[in-house]
Amino acid sequence: MSETGRREGVVVAPEQLRYARVLDWGMKLGLAVLAAAFFAYAFGILPAQIPQADLPRLWGLPAAEYLRETGSSGGWSWLAMLGTGDALALAGLALLAGASVPCLFALLPVFAARRDWAYFSMALLLAGVLVFAASGLPGWHG
Amino acid sequence: MRDNRPNPHRLLRCGAFLLSLACPALAWAAGAPDAGTSWWVWPLALFLVCFVLGMIAVPAGIGGGVLFVPIVSGFFPFHLDFVRGAGLLVALAGALAAGPSLLRAGLADLRLALPLALMAAVGAVAGAVVGLAMPTQWVQSAMGVTILCIVALMWRSGKTEFPEVSRPDPLAAALRISGIFHDRALGRDVAWRVHRTPLAMLLFAGIGLLAGVFGLGAGWANVPVLNLVMGAPLRISAGTSGFVLSLVDSSAAWVYINNGALLAMIAAPSVIGMMLGAFIGARLLAVIRASAIRTLVITLLLLAGLRALAKGMGWWA
Repeated sequence: MSETGRREGVVVAPEQLRYARVLDWGMKLGLAVLAAAFFAYAFGILPAQIPQADLPRLWGLPAAEYLRETGSSGGWSWLAMLGTGDALALAGLALLAGASVPCLFALLPVFAARRDWAYFSMALLLAGVLVFAASGLPGWHG
Repeated sequence: MRDNRPNPHRLLRCGAFLLSLACPALAWAAGAPDAGTSWWVWPLALFLVCFVLGMIAVPAGIGGGVLFVPIVSGFFPFHLDFVRGAGLLVALAGALAAGPSLLRAGLADLRLALPLALMAAVGAVAGAVVGLAMPTQWVQSAMGVTILCIVALMWRSGKTEFPEVSRPDPLAAALRISGIFHDRALGRDVAWRVHRTPLAMLLFAGIGLLAGVFGLGAGWANVPVLNLVMGAPLRISAGTSGFVLSLVDSSAAWVYINNGALLAMIAAPSVIGMMLGAFIGARLLAVIRASAIRTLVITLLLLAGLRALAKGMGWWA
């Protein structure tokens, strides 16, 4: 199946269509998880790590103080609490923040097949920057 | 035959109606912050405000974060750290929602976006680290000044629908950055190419830095650089800007997530509202003139920028 798109005389590059398709799936998955988790969290269907009634006291604090107040350690610690609504909603947000990574990796075979090494390198580097940012290595730990 | 195209005026009226629903909630909550206001009032108001911002942001070629951060930090009771974290997610969500359709329609261009996004993403990670290390009052004041500069930039910059590019620069030629898109408003195909690519890459690194520091997204600066510096047509600039945003804001958002500056109760209703609004906004982009929405955005930004500056300087806490 050819991925090349032709619309009213305009040819859209196959890698662009591939990127759009993967992004579409990632975005919808992230949104679905986020919406379901937030619904369950807001309506008390799932237990909350931080009770909703405490939030007005906490959401005015700086992030570092909020972490101290709630005993959280930041980073990927929310993964251990996916049974709670707020952590699951955070997972939905993380899926959205990570949605571009598989799209960039999906570009690599197309660029490699075309020997377009400049764009192959750019897509790889960009994916590397996103993975580095997600790793938790860059950060302010004040 | 029935015309299934979205009616932009009806959609905007619908948005205004939703905003009017949010206002009483805001007024009620603001009037009695300590008098037993239920916790859900603010997330509900956030959802409604963000739905409207999503409708406006995509046709205006901005990510939504530039509207979200000053408005929410100015008029909602959340700390700026959480607002900036949510702002990045909001801008990201709008860009992700619009991205696939813009890419498929050829209104966002991958070859144009990738070199710029790479520079901006590196800047955004650095900016997020710096932004979280700075004292809140400094960030608030600097953000107010930045927003007012953005207003001036948007007001003064004479955007060109189809800039003249006599010859692509060597880098753009080597990377084969050019294309053809179909302008539905004109009913014809438009060929485009770009110049000054190295300068634009440098500018995008700076834009990414600011996006990371303030959580503003980056569309407000992406479009002028793509359109006025590189010479990309306005529609390609707006579409590609949204796509670049999805990569830049992802990078900065991870720094905020990992540093605890993201509260689900703030970010989730904002993101859901913005994404639903952006689905409509992406359809508006093809049928509405970008300049039609410009005055509204400039007015909102002016008010929000003044509020941020006043709050940061302690004139109006």
